[in-house]
Amino acid sequence: MLTNLPILSALIWLPLLGAVLVLLTGGDKHANTARGIAVAVTIISLLLCVPLYLGFDASSYEMQFIEDHLWINAYKIHYALGVDGISLVMIILTNFTGLLVVIAGCHSVNVRVSQYMAAFLTMQGMIVGVFCAMDAILFYIFWEGMLIPMYLSIGMWGSANRSYASIKFFLFTFLGSILMLVALIYLYNQTGSFMIQDYYGLPLSFKVQAWIFLAFLLSFAVKVPMWPVHTWLPDAHTEAPSGGSVVLAALMLKLGIYGFLRFSMPIAPLACSEFAWVMIVLSLIAIVYIGLIAIMQSDMKKLIAYSSIAHMGFATLGCFMVYDIVRHMASLQDAYMSLEGAVIQMVSHAFGSGAMFLGVGLLAERFYNHSRLIKDYGGVANSMPIFAAFFMLFAMSNVGLPGTAGFVGEFMIIMSAFQAHFFVALFAALTLILSASYTLWMYKRVFFGPVANEYVANFKDIGWVEITNYVLLAIGVFFVGLYPEPIIKVLHVTISHLLLQSIPPEFALNPAPVFFA
Amino acid sequence: MMEFTVPQWSLAMPEIFLLCAVCFIVLADVFLPKTYRILTYILTQAALVGAFVLALSQYNQSASPIETFSGHYILDRLAVLSKLFIYVFSAFAFAYAREYIAARKIARSEYYLLGLFAVLGMSVLVSAYSFLTIFLGLELLSLALYAMVAMNKESAIAAEAAMKFFVLGSLATGILLYGISLLYGVTGDVQINAVAKVLQNRHDIVPVIALIFILSGIVFKFGAVPFHMWVPDVYQGSATPTTLFIASAPKVAAFAMTMRILVQAMPSLHVDWSHILIVISILSMFFGNVLAIAQTNLKRLLAYSSIAHIGYTLLGLIAGPYSTLGYSAAMFYISTYVLVAAGAFAIITIMGRDGIEFDNLEDYRGLNARNPWLAFMMLLLLFSMAGVPPTVGFLAKLGLLEALVQANLVWLAVLALLFALIGAYYYLRVVMYMYFEEPLEGTASLPVRMSSGMLVAVSINGASALLLGLAPSFFIDLCRISVG
Repeated sequence: MLTNLPILSALIWLPLLGAVLVLLTGGDKHANTARGIAVAVTIISLLLCVPLYLGFDASSYEMQFIEDHLWINAYKIHYALGVDGISLVMIILTNFTGLLVVIAGCHSVNVRVSQYMAAFLTMQGMIVGVFCAMDAILFYIFWEGMLIPMYLSIGMWGSANRSYASIKFFLFTFLGSILMLVALIYLYNQTGSFMIQDYYGLPLSFKVQAWIFLAFLLSFAVKVPMWPVHTWLPDAHTEAPSGGSVVLAALMLKLGIYGFLRFSMPIAPLACSEFAWVMIVLSLIAIVYIGLIAIMQSDMKKLIAYSSIAHMGFATLGCFMVYDIVRHMASLQDAYMSLEGAVIQMVSHAFGSGAMFLGVGLLAERFYNHSRLIKDYGGVANSMPIFAAFFMLFAMSNVGLPGTAGFVGEFMIIMSAFQAHFFVALFAALTLILSASYTLWMYKRVFFGPVANEYVANFKDIGWVEITNYVLLAIGVFFVGLYPEPIIKVLHVTISHLLLQSIPPEFALNPAPVFFA
Repeated sequence: MMEFTVPQWSLAMPEIFLLCAVCFIVLADVFLPKTYRILTYILTQAALVGAFVLALSQYNQSASPIETFSGHYILDRLAVLSKLFIYVFSAFAFAYAREYIAARKIARSEYYLLGLFAVLGMSVLVSAYSFLTIFLGLELLSLALYAMVAMNKESAIAAEAAMKFFVLGSLATGILLYGISLLYGVTGDVQINAVAKVLQNRHDIVPVIALIFILSGIVFKFGAVPFHMWVPDVYQGSATPTTLFIASAPKVAAFAMTMRILVQAMPSLHVDWSHILIVISILSMFFGNVLAIAQTNLKRLLAYSSIAHIGYTLLGLIAGPYSTLGYSAAMFYISTYVLVAAGAFAIITIMGRDGIEFDNLEDYRGLNARNPWLAFMMLLLLFSMAGVPPTVGFLAKLGLLEALVQANLVWLAVLALLFALIGAYYYLRVVMYMYFEEPLEGTASLPVRMSSGMLVAVSINGASALLLGLAPSFFIDLCRISVG
């Protein structure tokens, strides 16, 4: 049986082992060996996802591919791994992104290659670990351990202001995690176990739930990031090497949402439903206010970073609208759509923003002083037509054009929000205008118009390595946009179950329809 | 009239062996010609190995505590395991010291002899079961340490550090002794067990006053706020291997002593001492971490960080009476911290060359470019100090937090973590120098010279910060066994 093989362990430890191997190649003398090992490891990891997907039983909400060993006896910490539909999708996404980042890195990184590859392989393994950990402390170890390679990659391969950005990144996320750790230990004290599943359905008083919710909130909100704790993200994104930006945008931000789904909602449903309005307001601020900020950016990477915050606002909105929808409609159907929209938004944003970060990295690499300022470019479409075409596609996905990945999630969330709250939906829908303005305006200034200067005129169009990357990403964008069925299929049962766990029982029993009675 | 019984000499075998070894090495050293002085070093390490083996052979015997020497000496798990840790850490410290003191022409054989006396003092200290023996061990340890700090004759700041250490240390000893005499006045005994029994029925203020004096002495030896003033100066002023030695094994001994005095002799006063310790611990974490931010000298920075780490260790003692794993978490914390700190000081030792210390933060610029392996080891050690998983420092903090939550001190757990956040900042700053900056001009092409022995030792030290983080069970269980 496929489910008996330790595929999850392999997906975690293979990249880590690869990282060690890559480091052993030594300095830059054997850079190509390092690159080769890194690419091979990521390809094998991605291939390992195939049996994972095929062996996954989509009709069950139970954790699958379970590996459970007692790890630290004294603290009852288990090395316990398992996947449900959501983690399955995220793990595949992680391995996919890992491959892209390594391929992109082969081309763009020429100093300390082995350390670069090792850092990203380590990150990949640890992110997979976060997505499949069933033990809270194991989760926390991956969650925090990942900061080390990310911190190093921003600081070592970043641009001018990298030290500041990397320390800010580390301290912000470290601050967030602190209260989560205390909350986890508190839960351990209540249950005598660190297994996350044992925390579900725990009869906690509202006061305790509220504290736990707040503790988790700080941790996850920093990661997502939600307004007003988002300020680390533009700095980190801007200074990080483009591979780092891609991992940040495509994967790390998703960890925050994943945390809400895995911890906050099922463990503290009462508190979640009580504070849902706060979360909705914060999400709308992220969508509208941060969207406005994005329009004003002069640095391309900063612009995409702010657009990421806005798009993540959609995902949090989708998660917490659930409570409002159930309260008003007493219908799980719409709530389900909202939650599923949030998960799909996570996936689609990974493709769109990841591709755009890679693109800006490409441009900056070609410019003599690695400028990312929009004003330094213009008419790039003349010298790089292929690149311009690809970038257009990803820009459109970012905007949410029907047929691309960006459309599906946002549409589902807005549709279901309409059922409960007209104004929430209206504000959320503003994103369609806002994201179109900042993305397309940037596109226009960078790619169209007269050629800005001789550097741009001499830009070389993308080579086959970069084209490979972009083709892979384009497939991802169209796949989610046109035929998301394979993803939805594995998500369906998991999300339904999650929904039932996350709705406080009195809700479902006493529906109180207000608007559509 | 007191009955005289013959003590069970065999229980004190490690100490007796060490004493004989020291005497033998003193004599041997006198008669050895200069070219064979390396033998002194080898004999010293052999003495430590011998003591280690003897202590290990007592492990099974120590399952139930045995008192002897009229109840002044005890053999139990705490004593045996502390001794094992002390011997291992001391052996590491001497190994790191060998090349360093040779390069600086510090009187070599005396260094090891004093070191062995300090080890003997620590051995006595952790096995002491009366205040007299505790005092004996403590003084033997302290006097040897004063001399070791002063040995770096060439250096003015070493002389200053030694002076400070000696004067303040003597003062603290005096205070401790005063507390002990008060306690003797109250209880009429110095033996731990007997004191504990008498104190159970005393509810007046005098034992509390004695407790305060004794605690002051303990806090001084630990180097926690408000008796921390000597720590930065001594850490910075001493020769780096001496700093390493002071920062490692004596901390374990001090912890065992604290367990004896507070937990075994004064369990009935636990409300008082845990309240006092809460204040001391918060102050230590705060001042240690905040003052470390401003440091430009790595040794001084690590000195302040050690103050903060002592503050964390005390958390375990605070939670101890109210939880099942407080003491063992504290033991785990201090022993892993000592391991990590020893590694960090070892790297500073290695960085020094041609008799000049390279202990400013600036000197670590671009270490990754000069020697990636050394930089990576330092990275692991620093992240372990910061408490970031998957290093052992995280699990150590986790144990403390669990104990605190169990003891209903959630606020203290949150506070401790907030201080850890401050701590993370200055550890990250060192990493930043090592990894994000280019080497200083002129040092870029200078390779970091180290012998293969040093390389192996420092690799063991650094790698154990990671490996103990991945497979800590054995170590945690040891600590649980030792303090119950």
